[in-house]
Amino acid sequence: MNLDSKIPSGPLTQKWENHIANLKLVNPANKRKYTVIVVGTGLAGASAAASLAELGYNVKAFFIHDSPRRAHSIAAQGGINAAKNYPNDGDTVWRLFYDTIKGGDYRAREANVYRLAHLSTAIIDQCVAQGVPFAREYSGELANRSFGGAQVSRTFYARGQTGQQLLLGAYQAMLRQVDAGKVTMYPRREMLDLVLKDGRAEGIVARDLVTGKIERHAAHAVVLCTGGYGRVFYLSTNAMNSNATAAWRCHRKGAAFANPCFTQIHPTCIPVAGEHAQSKLTLMSESLRNDGRVWVPKRKEDAKKHPSEIKDEDRDYYLERKYPSFGNLVPRDVASRNAKDVCDEGRGVGSSGLSVYLDFRDAIKRDGENVIREKYGNLFDMYHRITDENPYQVPMRMYPAVHYTMGGLWVDYNLMSNIPGLHVLGEANFSDHGANRLGASALMQGLCDGYFVIPYTIGHYLAQVGAFKLDSESSEFKAAEAAVNNEIKRLMTVNEKGKRTVNEFYKDLGKIMWDKVGMARNEAGLKSAISEIQKMRAEYGENLKIGGNSSELNKNLEMASRVGDFLELGELMARDALMRKESCGGHFREESQTPDGEADRDDANFSFVGAWEYKGANAEPALHKENLVFENVKPSQRSYK
Amino acid sequence: MSQNISVKVKVWRQDGPQATGQFESFDLSGISTDMSFLEMLDTLNEQLLKEGKRPVEFDSDCREGICGSCGCMINGMAHGPERGATVCQLHMRSFKNGQTIVVEPWRATAFPVIKDLVVDRSAFDRIIAAGGYVSVKSGRHADANVMLVPKDTAEKAMDVAQCIGCGACVAACPNASASLFTGAKITHLALLPQGKVEAARRVQRMTDQMDSEGFGGCTNIGECLAACPKEIKMEAIVSMRREFIKGAFAEPPRQAGSDNA
Ligand SMILES: Cc1cc2nc3c(=O)[nH]c(=O)nc-3n(C[C@H](O)[C@H](O)[C@H](O)COP(=O)(O)OP(=O)(O)OC[C@H]3O[C@@H](n4cnc5c(N)ncnc54)[C@H](O)[C@@H]3O)c2cc1C
Ligand code: FES
Repeated sequence: MNLDSKIPSGPLTQKWENHIANLKLVNPANKRKYTVIVVGTGLAGASAAASLAELGYNVKAFFIHDSPRRAHSIAAQGGINAAKNYPNDGDTVWRLFYDTIKGGDYRAREANVYRLAHLSTAIIDQCVAQGVPFAREYSGELANRSFGGAQVSRTFYARGQTGQQLLLGAYQAMLRQVDAGKVTMYPRREMLDLVLKDGRAEGIVARDLVTGKIERHAAHAVVLCTGGYGRVFYLSTNAMNSNATAAWRCHRKGAAFANPCFTQIHPTCIPVAGEHAQSKLTLMSESLRNDGRVWVPKRKEDAKKHPSEIKDEDRDYYLERKYPSFGNLVPRDVASRNAKDVCDEGRGVGSSGLSVYLDFRDAIKRDGENVIREKYGNLFDMYHRITDENPYQVPMRMYPAVHYTMGGLWVDYNLMSNIPGLHVLGEANFSDHGANRLGASALMQGLCDGYFVIPYTIGHYLAQVGAFKLDSESSEFKAAEAAVNNEIKRLMTVNEKGKRTVNEFYKDLGKIMWDKVGMARNEAGLKSAISEIQKMRAEYGENLKIGGNSSELNKNLEMASRVGDFLELGELMARDALMRKESCGGHFREESQTPDGEADRDDANFSFVGAWEYKGANAEPALHKENLVFENVKPSQRSYK
Repeated sequence: MSQNISVKVKVWRQDGPQATGQFESFDLSGISTDMSFLEMLDTLNEQLLKEGKRPVEFDSDCREGICGSCGCMINGMAHGPERGATVCQLHMRSFKNGQTIVVEPWRATAFPVIKDLVVDRSAFDRIIAAGGYVSVKSGRHADANVMLVPKDTAEKAMDVAQCIGCGACVAACPNASASLFTGAKITHLALLPQGKVEAARRVQRMTDQMDSEGFGGCTNIGECLAACPKEIKMEAIVSMRREFIKGAFAEPPRQAGSDNA
């Protein structure tokens, strides 16, 4: 397997400009001869589809939702980073680059991260030009706030609905191209396979989720923007339909899966409520940590008391105590792990003992309730509605939850996977966040990939392969279609005798993943996760209950194939975590910690991207390493003290 | 405090777009009041599967009131009894022990039923495609702070821009009008300097598209306002009308291609 990152030569700050100058171009009149398939229309996909169509390419856009506006990106709350330095507080492109690479615990490529920081400012200009109603100051200028892991205010936001407004901007830009006849939308379609011809990606097989019909679609290139795989843990902040299927099917066709174990656990989520059929967890934006103070009682005995009965001197504001310079704004991995630690010590609060307080008492006293309401009103309402507790009066209770996956399909600097023609954008790729993503940087990356990187790099690929004749009747397409049909037939046959529902299996998988491949991992746990998942996979193949039939809208059938893929991916995540015997970012191996319990990174042995090659359903995957080279920053032990 | 209740769910079952539907009732017990309404439906579906029956199909995704996927009539109210909330934000603590809950899909000519509670809302996408955007391309633009927008204007734009496109306004309206949805987008863009350039053409095209999709006209009944989970105000419709009149008096747009003349 060839993992050439294609990082351009030259000084870091000029790599991208130099690269553009060297990319091949497709002449404007020829662009209309090319068709590009974009799968997924979240921030990455919608921005890519719009931008490619504007250039003149014909775009076919596929998504599982009824409208592109439903993509999971819509739920992003807190904001998007950009090195505009409007607040005059010392931000630069370099500092954003540095914070992001350090935040990722030195497990991302310098060149990619620098490009991201460099293009960040153009994203804000682009979105404002589209009419995105970002928050503003009384002067009429754009407002900023600070986010975890940074000491400058560089986050742009639209109340607590930044993802919504950015996605609607990209969605509208895409619909403008639908109107112009350059984008054709395929709603409620699920990509179930990638079609290769002569080793190149030349199309997809998709299922019409309303009629069950399997379709073949050919193109000169495929751009995968299908989001992250956090729902492998069952409970997460991700939307119900977020899944790994498209990416996993590409992996099975030969695309390397990089750093699958790099998962982000977000520190501020509403804790699990109890034993009922909880389907998902709700994030409370990290921006709350700007004003809320995190604490638990100093003594275990106080954990069950009402918070108002616990005096200040009996409270442990543990983040402020341990990390005086960043305080409550330490990066997510650090905040999450500390929450887990204090709960493991028995100092966690709430009926389950699995939560910590996020307290606004002091902020309300300092700024007044109105100011807090203006900043966080919708989040406070959301919390109140879900928990039936009023956060203006009692502290919020928070616990970490799975939120984002830094791992994903391996891509080079052009965002192309190791399969020629298959490009991967947004959360679906592995590229820019290393082992931990800083807040407000996923929106930045998705839009950067879609608006400003792929429009350049795809032309380079297309110019080389030429506008060959598309043929979805070829034997390759027919074989892929038959395989998808057979797989669905197989699932429906198992269903006839099966006893356990998709959801029952899925919950069990989630529990294994959370307990053994979650916030803290160790060798014994990971090994047992692998063998338990293997056992489950065998049973899944024999005892699955789905219901309904395959020639109609059948959400259980959709879930059945997604959970099947999650099972395989879950196993790969455990293998990757087992292989990576160091702690870094969100990946915490209990065997590798400093004396004071912080992640102990091992640069001598693990400064690489771990990219896995699929070798068959029951064969061990092969590991390939892309070494990470740091020429501009010196990897140091992260310290937020 | 959470407790367990029993409810009777009377839900619309329809096998497909062409099929005739009917209500079917199910008894559920041991429902925690901490459960969300959709988790109650999940529980019902698990029960149906175990009994060898077809689960109830419904759309949902974010389950936190922002994606606009979910939506159904609950006891005759779009998104159920809680104001300013979607179905997925509704909790079972809003219901009493022993209560009957009637669940139906959105009903509107422009939203054909696909199956059970799932409807086709693609008409909304077509309305947006008819001009609900600013015609800028991806690329370099002036620095974002070159054009100042008063804070108050930005806030007003955000008030309407937060529409989630769920369709509750249409479902609640006796005329099945899409005026609140369409007005929200027209108002958002008309308020901001970036959107003003194309305002006249936009309002004309979007309202034409709205009419041609089979939505009814707005007669100021205001049911949409009560149903809107984002509490978008009548001002959105008023301002759409204002833009429409302004547009009608504006110079007719030059035909595309006239640049070459
Ligand atoms: C609650 C929450 C809050 C967040 N807040 C922030 C924040 O404040 N700032 C920030 O930077 N990041 C935030 N994030 C992260 C960020 O929102 C996501 O990483 C990002 O939006 C992902 O965008 P995407 O375009 O890659 O994928 P998505 O938005 O997930 O889109 C995936 C698309 O793929 C389609 N799809 C999936 N599978 C298939 C298939 N098989 N076939 C066809 N189509 C398919 C879907 O229909 C959808 O259109 C948040 C995440 C969550 C969960
Ligand atoms: S599921 Fe997203 S709004 Fe209800």
